[in-house]
Amino acid sequence: MAETESSEQPELSWLEGTVLPALEKSFPEEIVGCTTEVLDPWIEVRPESIASVCRFLRDDPEFHMDMLTNISAVDYFEPDPKKAKRFKYDPHLELVYHLWSTHSKRRLILKLMLPRWKNDQAGQLPEVPSVNSIWRTADWHEREIYDLMGIFFLGHPHLRRILCPEDWVGHPLRKDYEMPLEYHGIRNR
Amino acid sequence: MVESLIENWGFPEWMAYLIAATIPCVLLLHVVAVGALFFIWLERKVSGRIQDRLGPTRVGGKYGWLQSLADGVKLISKEDLVPAGADSWLFRLAPYISVSCCLAAYLTIPFAYGWVAQNLDVAVFFVLAILGLEVFGVILAGYASGSKWSLLGGMREAAQVVSYEVPLGLCVVLPVMLAGSMNLTTIAQVQSGWFTSWLIFYNPFLFVTFWIFFTCALASVNRAPFDLAEAESELVAGFHTEYSGLRWSLFFLAEYGSMFSVSALAVLLFLGGWNGPIPITSWIGWTFEYGWFWGTLGNFVGLANFIFKCSLGIVLMMWVRWTLPRLRIDQVMTICLKYCLPLVCLMLLGNLMWPWIAGPPSASFVQKRYEAYQHLHPEPTTETEADEETTAESNSVAISLPQQVNEKQKVVLTTSSTTDSSLPLQTN
Amino acid sequence: MTMQADDPRLIEFDVRTDEMLVNMGPQHPSTHGVLRLVLRTDGEIVSETTPHIGYLHRCAEKIGENLTARQFIPYTDRMDYLAGMNMNLGWSLAVEKLLQMEIPEKGRHLRVMIVELNRIASHLLGMGAYGLDLGTFSPFLYAFREREKILDLFEAVCGARLTYSYLTIGGATHDLPPGWLQQCEAFLDQFEPNIEEYHTLLTTNQIFVKRTAGIGLLPAEMAISYGCTGPVLRGSGVDCDLRRDGEPIYTRMYEGYDFEIICERDGHYPDDYDYPPVPKEAQLGDCWHRFYVRMLEVVQSVSLIRQAMDKYSQTAGDYGIPVRFNHKLPAGEAYLETESSRGWMGFHIVSDGTAVPLRARARSGCFSNLSVIGEIGHGCLIADIPAIVGSLDLLMGEIDR
Repeated sequence: MAETESSEQPELSWLEGTVLPALEKSFPEEIVGCTTEVLDPWIEVRPESIASVCRFLRDDPEFHMDMLTNISAVDYFEPDPKKAKRFKYDPHLELVYHLWSTHSKRRLILKLMLPRWKNDQAGQLPEVPSVNSIWRTADWHEREIYDLMGIFFLGHPHLRRILCPEDWVGHPLRKDYEMPLEYHGIRNR
Repeated sequence: MVESLIENWGFPEWMAYLIAATIPCVLLLHVVAVGALFFIWLERKVSGRIQDRLGPTRVGGKYGWLQSLADGVKLISKEDLVPAGADSWLFRLAPYISVSCCLAAYLTIPFAYGWVAQNLDVAVFFVLAILGLEVFGVILAGYASGSKWSLLGGMREAAQVVSYEVPLGLCVVLPVMLAGSMNLTTIAQVQSGWFTSWLIFYNPFLFVTFWIFFTCALASVNRAPFDLAEAESELVAGFHTEYSGLRWSLFFLAEYGSMFSVSALAVLLFLGGWNGPIPITSWIGWTFEYGWFWGTLGNFVGLANFIFKCSLGIVLMMWVRWTLPRLRIDQVMTICLKYCLPLVCLMLLGNLMWPWIAGPPSASFVQKRYEAYQHLHPEPTTETEADEETTAESNSVAISLPQQVNEKQKVVLTTSSTTDSSLPLQTN
Repeated sequence: MTMQADDPRLIEFDVRTDEMLVNMGPQHPSTHGVLRLVLRTDGEIVSETTPHIGYLHRCAEKIGENLTARQFIPYTDRMDYLAGMNMNLGWSLAVEKLLQMEIPEKGRHLRVMIVELNRIASHLLGMGAYGLDLGTFSPFLYAFREREKILDLFEAVCGARLTYSYLTIGGATHDLPPGWLQQCEAFLDQFEPNIEEYHTLLTTNQIFVKRTAGIGLLPAEMAISYGCTGPVLRGSGVDCDLRRDGEPIYTRMYEGYDFEIICERDGHYPDDYDYPPVPKEAQLGDCWHRFYVRMLEVVQSVSLIRQAMDKYSQTAGDYGIPVRFNHKLPAGEAYLETESSRGWMGFHIVSDGTAVPLRARARSGCFSNLSVIGEIGHGCLIADIPAIVGSLDLLMGEIDR
């Protein structure tokens, strides 16, 4: 990386120069890669090892990522067959973890790719280890993602719906979600 | 009154009693009802002004003075709901208990000299006891509503009112001790003359006691910052969560009614009752000494005085309510048991020691005390050895004054429960 | 004679007191809308608080996936409807970040002015409603007296009093109307001395202190772990404010402004403000401190607005031109957090190259702030629950989205 560029983007040089080597050293198998040519550079992690990577990032005194500000789930899928031809992504789910350190005021983005359905069987929710034990923020964020996006978090103490009613069917933020026509006698259309 | 009805008008005895009972009752009902309407309107105006807004402005002309009547009509026309889970009978009964206790307290409150429905010798005791009974209505409402919030409200009310009875009762002891009587008319008459003769200015201890009394009274009538039983931000509406329409408004009637009665009690005990700050009526001769007409005129002035002072007390309560946040239940108890109670005990002690510090009560005070008693019990007392023996035997509490007092004015006061009016007060 | 546990006499005389489950909300006067708390109480003592949310869930994120970026602006208003300008700004900046768009300097000063005014309005309501939670009604109306004037100013700017949709992608929809700066100046001159009144009514009121000091203690580590942000985090003594620590596209707005983050450092607050002293009873991280931080932020915002007005009138040029409604977004993603009045408002926008985002994720400050209630809302009295909930300054529109 050029000298000028790194001084312009200290975040990026920190990510490439410090975080990535440290992570690759501790987790040689688990780190899939690092994408830097984007607005918010991210490190991709294998889904099954997200919890251990997160624990390392939180506890390591060099990083001290003590705050998880956001987890967002993105459904890359185009249900409309006409538009699907122009849709340039493979259908998959992404989980994006936005970490922040109150000490160094640095941010870090972790990403993991998931199949839309576990074993490609519709209705089987994909599974990810929960980071609830690392940051308590994850408790509600993971519940929300489970509720709206349908991702199952392994090891979450009480994974149940949070925004939708407990007996709601489906996960509204999935691209192929269809609003139920009726809910307890309330007509939706 | 009963005698005159029988003798002059020829009514049968039962009817005479009935009429004699009905007149004050109807009058008092109106005083309470109209008073409550007025004070609800006043509260809305005062709170409006405190909060930088106007309050009601439309109903009944410029100042919206008919607002509470309009609200009353609306409330009466509302559906009277009883929740399915409620104990229906008790639920319906509770507001009436509250409101009747509140009304009963008025029976012994004199509005001016001699203008009292029942001139009880234990009026102070009676008022306190009846006001304490009002809590049953609230507890019943809380229990019978079948709602958890109501239950919590009822329990809070029970805990709070029962605790505050103690300092409240002790506060009352001080004026009673000085006036030597539990009759409210006597206590008020003792304070006639200039405002300096009001008991609140009698000594520093009484001054402090008045404020303790005010605080405890605030707590016992459930006004902010002690309105825990109906704390709307915690318990939705507390004990009256489930009430609607008329029954709900009865609770309000009771609240405003008892606000007035504790105010009246404060005025009678500490603030000179119907005696104005300056004894104008006695200067211009509007007293009963110059005939009933002048006396009645003077009484009207006294009535105005009394109501004005009571209203001041109520406005003060409103002012407090719209300024302070609500206390928590443990803080309410702390204030009562850790501050009010020891403080009032100290005041009681101080008041007892006051003659020792500042000398005996002035001759004029003793004279007034004697006259006040004479006014109420005009039968001439005859001094006999036998009488004195009877007094001594009747377990009476005697407060003997220091020896320096003129022998003529040396008074032995008794607060015995006897109703025999010829005995209790003796002069040597 | 000994009694066995199954002795019928023992059972008969064994008076047990049961714990009671009380449902606080969603229709409760002090749960700020439709929050539902299930309290497990033993008499007056709360042993457990379980929040239930979702009563105002409109799935705004799904709506965002069906509208173009600029069409989504009015929906951000309806998230935190008391700080609509802050929400507009959050979304606009996130989209601008994705578009790699920079707005003119004058537009940035305008945004600071508007956003800080909105912060005052929001904190005022938070303060008034907190008084209401503690059983005093008057501060609420005192706060509304001033808030109305701010809403008047906003009405002059964009015609709306609550849901503004004023700040938008690329700047703002309009420039300020003529004479607006003078009105704003007049408001600030009138408002500043009145802050004293609020301190008298609440901050230094003995009953208020007794009700809030030491209640709902939220240690810094817990606040961070739960992702609490905004005044809740700063009330716990964490020196953290995105206006200083945020991403460049956001902090550039506040470049050249003189302000110090409101937070207790080494036992005292910044000295720039004339504020009542911290009472002895108050402990860092309690309800009182959270309230106090908000009150000081009001003063801070006043100073920021004054600076912004100066800079705005001295800067030549344009305030920015909003993008078209069907403006195409480049493929990619951007996440940006801004310091809204109730906490960090983060927007994560993912685009596949069309005008309509693939994902519009809203990270709400209140959502995380509320999640801590189960941790700090036990072992206290029922009356403390409104005090704690109120001190978090929750807004259900933002939590449920």
